[in-house]
Amino acid sequence: MTAPRRVDVLVVGAGPAGLAAAARLAAAGAGRVEVLEREAEPGGVPRHCMHGGFGTWIRPLTGPAYARRLTEAAERAGATVRTRVTALDWAPTGPVLTTVGPGGPETVEARAVVLATGARERPRTARLVPGTRPAGVCTTGELQQAVHLFGQHIGTRAVVVGAADVGYAAAGTVRAAGARVVALVTEHPRAQTGRARAQAARLGHGIPLLTDTTVTELLGHGRLSGVRVRHRDGRTAVLPCDTVVFTGDFVPDQELARRGGLTLDPGTRGPAVGATPHTSRPGVFAAGNVLHAVEPAAAAAREGVRAAGAVLDFLAGAPWPDPGVPVTVEAPLRWIAPNRVTPAGPPARYVLRTEITLPRPTLYVHQGARLLHRERRGTALPDRTLTLTARWHDRVDPDGGEVRVSTG
Amino acid sequence: MTVTADGPLPSTPYDVAIVGAGVVGCAIARELARHPRLRIALVEAQDDVGQGTSKANTAILHTGFDAAPGTLEARLVREGYARLGAYAAETGIPVERVGALLVAWDEEQLAALPRLAEKAERNAYPDTALLGPAELYAREPHLGPGALGALHIPGESIICPWTTTLAYATQAVRAGADLHLNTAVRAATWADGHRLTTSRGTLRARHLVNAAGLHADTLDRALGHEDFTVTPRRGQLLVHDKFARPLVRHILLPVPTALGKGVLVAPTVYGNVLLGPTAEDLDDKRATGSTAEGLAALRDQGRRILPALLDEEVTAVYAGLRAATGQEDYRITAHPGQAYVTVGGIRSTGLTASLAIAAHVAGLLAGTGLDLGPVREPEPVAMPNLGEAFPRPYQRPDLIAADPEYGTLVCHCERVSRGEIRDALAGPIPPRTLAGLRRRTRAGAGRCQGFYCGAAVRELFERGARP
Repeated sequence: MTAPRRVDVLVVGAGPAGLAAAARLAAAGAGRVEVLEREAEPGGVPRHCMHGGFGTWIRPLTGPAYARRLTEAAERAGATVRTRVTALDWAPTGPVLTTVGPGGPETVEARAVVLATGARERPRTARLVPGTRPAGVCTTGELQQAVHLFGQHIGTRAVVVGAADVGYAAAGTVRAAGARVVALVTEHPRAQTGRARAQAARLGHGIPLLTDTTVTELLGHGRLSGVRVRHRDGRTAVLPCDTVVFTGDFVPDQELARRGGLTLDPGTRGPAVGATPHTSRPGVFAAGNVLHAVEPAAAAAREGVRAAGAVLDFLAGAPWPDPGVPVTVEAPLRWIAPNRVTPAGPPARYVLRTEITLPRPTLYVHQGARLLHRERRGTALPDRTLTLTARWHDRVDPDGGEVRVSTG
Repeated sequence: MTVTADGPLPSTPYDVAIVGAGVVGCAIARELARHPRLRIALVEAQDDVGQGTSKANTAILHTGFDAAPGTLEARLVREGYARLGAYAAETGIPVERVGALLVAWDEEQLAALPRLAEKAERNAYPDTALLGPAELYAREPHLGPGALGALHIPGESIICPWTTTLAYATQAVRAGADLHLNTAVRAATWADGHRLTTSRGTLRARHLVNAAGLHADTLDRALGHEDFTVTPRRGQLLVHDKFARPLVRHILLPVPTALGKGVLVAPTVYGNVLLGPTAEDLDDKRATGSTAEGLAALRDQGRRILPALLDEEVTAVYAGLRAATGQEDYRITAHPGQAYVTVGGIRSTGLTASLAIAAHVAGLLAGTGLDLGPVREPEPVAMPNLGEAFPRPYQRPDLIAADPEYGTLVCHCERVSRGEIRDALAGPIPPRTLAGLRRRTRAGAGRCQGFYCGAAVRELFERGARP
């Protein structure tokens, strides 16, 4: 190991959360703030989201423009953004990371580390979709980079798996690349996007939406020749195509968190945190979609700013908080974030995900047999944000065991 | 140094043509290339070496402890194990001597262990040891409950099958052999010399070696031999995330019983954990797809062997076809009258035995009238290391200081640098597809399957890896 280089705060990942945290930290005089980014360009996922919807309501931006603004803001505030540098692993103790880049290996010792490593889509293999292993199988992340960053040819006929917002974004990218979207395929009974967007795709662009349908087999040697699909009622069909895009099914990029022995939440699979971004490892904070895969870029950036506040308090001598009581969910809820609660802690806004559509659900918060809270929500769709307030925090018993959120 | 993938084939006859550039065909080409006087053609239907069974197996370097004693396979596996172990060390092919445990889950399997130990002795492998449950669980603390004992075979090892095949082919080509890819043999005739009709025209050779794997029976029949039929036996395998690697220390083998062979759980040299294979007899030699039933059955068995494995992500699923011939031995036969050697029925042990098979086949060719001529040992090759037990380029400050491209990571999950991709693209047998590049470097083979790096890797592949 090389002699460690010292910085005040080391941020891992130059996406919206990491860049926003770095900008705030540097502006607040946290000292030497450094952001490590393993890609060639900073910005994270917005780098390759050509569609709008970034920035503010008043001043909307495309993803790449938003990524540039975040980067400029961080650098203007005095943070250093180092691209093509990979955080490999942790030194045995403390917020110390080993890295490698074109300049060689390094050990970087920080007073605080902010993990902002983001999230990615689960690929075909993790989804256990059977069949052959042809070329032409990708995720939205790969598709968008191929089309928007490199101008690569992606095939002529694509099936898009998943009909949440990201699936529609993938369909837009396929069309932008001059290819045809054969169909959007979703296992759910309806699209998980706004009615206007779903209709624009179906009626405006003539893209069929196959609901209650799963991809059961990939076909073709060398290049994909089609996908076999099965409807819930048992009917099967082959959709001829040379490209299939697996969209959504996001998971946190938790490799570094896991390597560091951070307590992970079994639901989100990201680091377990409470209302504040302190992880189980003192000196290590987490922010953005590594905590909840995935919320919009603006939410990740807001969290980065909040994390910076907690880091500043810590650098000023605030003690590391107790881990708090676990907050868990019951099926059909999939996960909740944050997922620890300290009664005395600041209020949080909880985000959740459901497995199935819940028409106007009531969320119940229990600790043991004790009902702490119930809250009526609007209809919840899979892969869409469902929220819960923190109006029940003061009723949590710190010694009362885990808090459970359910739908009844 | 000649590798072709299109255009017409050379018209002058070769001394030897080898059909099939799998691990066995490549090993034979390498063996024959030690004789500089010979003109050798290695003919392959696919666009790369090692594209059949050689790339889709359990990646184990076998001791041969459970071979049928006295068979040719038993002898060649035993010899090949020693040869390949030494070759791997000098060539940089990753090998880890993790050892295997044959785990008994019921009384019948437990009773079979002493017989297997005795069989191992008859195969000149006496180093086995019977373990009770306490010692077994001390060695494998994540093993599922209910195991009764195990037989330890310390010599069983894991190896990179892909690097092995590529090392053989590289050495053969560097020593002067011609490798003709995309050359499917459609017909073969012999009349005082061999004439192969291929998808790229006619190729002539004085001697012929049939190392066509799954298609060895077809080529054999074209030359008038009805000795065996290859029944493809499909093996589906699941590759688990590197986070699963600490769960298992040995190759966990099933105890073969009358009810079947069961599945294994094995670490790989890349730091993953394999679960499989299935064993399905098929009649389609292209059926290399996985099936929902096959994967579900594997996961059911895996859950019992190593429950925590099921919590980790699957990063790859593949299916290979073994060349089963209905006989518990290889089918290696010399036909001196035709200057022809059949190398058939090379089952899952072929990787281990490859160098011994090659030496054996060279001897048989000499018996068919081939004058091998003098020997000149080929230049050693140094293969890029894909194994996690040995330093990878990103872990070598010396390499990065000399060339920063080795510190510039492109594939983050597998930590593959631009330098390694550039080297693979400039290699003597360059990849022709992204899958070929993945096998040579592991770029894109990790848990994200290209979400982060797929487009960037493709850019390097299509437009070159210049800085």
